[in-house]
Amino acid sequence: MIINHPLLGPRDASEFTYLGDASLMQRPNPKSETAIDDFYRYLYLRENTPGEHRELWYHEQGDRSWLVVTRNISTHEITKVELARDVARSGT
Amino acid sequence: MRYSALKIFKEAVTGHKGWKPVWRKPAPKPSYDFIIIGGGGHGLATAHYLASKFDGKNIAVLEKGWIGGGNVGRNTTIIRSNYLHHENEGFYEFSLKLWEGLEQDLNYNAMVSQRGIINLYHSDPQRDAYARRGNAMIMNGADAVLLDQDGVRKQYPFLNFDNARFPIKGGLWQPRGGTVRHDAVAWGYARAADSKGVDIIENCEVTGFDIQNGRCVGVKTTRGKILAKKVGVAVAGNSSRVMAMADMHLPLESHVLQAFVSEGFKPFLPGVITYGAGHFYVSQSDKGGLVFGGDIDGYNSYAQRGNLPVVEDVCEGGMSLMPAIGKARLLRMWGGIMDMSMDGSPMIDKTHIDGLYFNGGWCYGGFKATPASGYAFAHLLATDTPHETARAYRMDRFSRGLMIDEKGQGAQPNLH
Repeated sequence: MIINHPLLGPRDASEFTYLGDASLMQRPNPKSETAIDDFYRYLYLRENTPGEHRELWYHEQGDRSWLVVTRNISTHEITKVELARDVARSGT
Repeated sequence: MRYSALKIFKEAVTGHKGWKPVWRKPAPKPSYDFIIIGGGGHGLATAHYLASKFDGKNIAVLEKGWIGGGNVGRNTTIIRSNYLHHENEGFYEFSLKLWEGLEQDLNYNAMVSQRGIINLYHSDPQRDAYARRGNAMIMNGADAVLLDQDGVRKQYPFLNFDNARFPIKGGLWQPRGGTVRHDAVAWGYARAADSKGVDIIENCEVTGFDIQNGRCVGVKTTRGKILAKKVGVAVAGNSSRVMAMADMHLPLESHVLQAFVSEGFKPFLPGVITYGAGHFYVSQSDKGGLVFGGDIDGYNSYAQRGNLPVVEDVCEGGMSLMPAIGKARLLRMWGGIMDMSMDGSPMIDKTHIDGLYFNGGWCYGGFKATPASGYAFAHLLATDTPHETARAYRMDRFSRGLMIDEKGQGAQPNLH
């Protein structure tokens, strides 16, 4: 797989480390009354359905940026690559 | 039709005209007592034990493709019970005991071969960890022998003992471990279940659950609605996809694991060996090919095929362990989709929906678990209580902090 890094251009996926579903960026509010249940769902439960999947990759052997990669997990086709910090700032 | 030496002799002298298909192709009935979703090893084993050990009647197995087309035909065929945690070890030892009696139980040659498995160690701390694991195995009724370097050398003189970085210091040997002909497991269970009246319905994909007032009363399929008193799901790899139809999220990610076969050689590898410094495990099939595998690719996938970096990584592991295979050519490789769970251990449990039961999360250890998984799931379906060896495999253990994490990796499925 080739990941088209927004800053560095196309890079081999083996330069990256995979973390998982990009929902991990949406950390629950620890002060919420439902925090225990929220953190259980956040940490352990995944949607994990076929098709389009937004996921976090870390460019460990490159510029060490975190990326949000949109990839079809049924075909491995990558359709979108964003810097995770841009995604976090835009709040999507 | 029972198989016997006499039967083979009779067929040999009469032109092999008497062999018949060994399971029927029934159309689905409008209702069943038990529906098992998934005609893989675990689903077929569940149906067999439900019918033969728990007096279950009126059972159907629904399979979206053909039976045995998923992971039961895509693994490296290894059986073993060499776990550390007691929640796992008792269960896998129960499984190994069922493997030992499987062919007599099924009247089917599944080529169960207890050729032994050795996990190699390469340092003093790793030896200590294996000694502890061996003790845990023995305490759970399994067999374990801690070998020093000479002990390993006697069985495998050609290994790379003097590797500068990872010298082989010895190994943890389980003589009762080994290999089984994986397709024959699916076929043997299917034949045995069919002979007890289980309907095995292929090309019948479940497209939804019929849930009324918090109770599952049947399934919708590509061959129409089917009612059921109890529905068991055993579709590892696709668990999240199927359970999403019941609005459930699971503590799972689906990942691809690749396996490989080399060209055939004269017999030189008598048992199963696993490398302790890299992820590599290998045995030699009866046809002579080396059957081996390594790590999962490491990213979510439903594609049943992996990528080249892992192929290179696995072959490097093999080369550093057994330089003798350097000239061997890779003949075939394939990928299977694993339910990678959040603690590396499986689930066999009721769901919060009455009448709906779940079996999954096998990571890449599902094949060796096939008989015990089927037995324990049948026990749960028949009696509504967990089998004594599968009590820890609850779905709510993640919210209660009762993880069974053999590798201590935490909630990171691609590291288990």
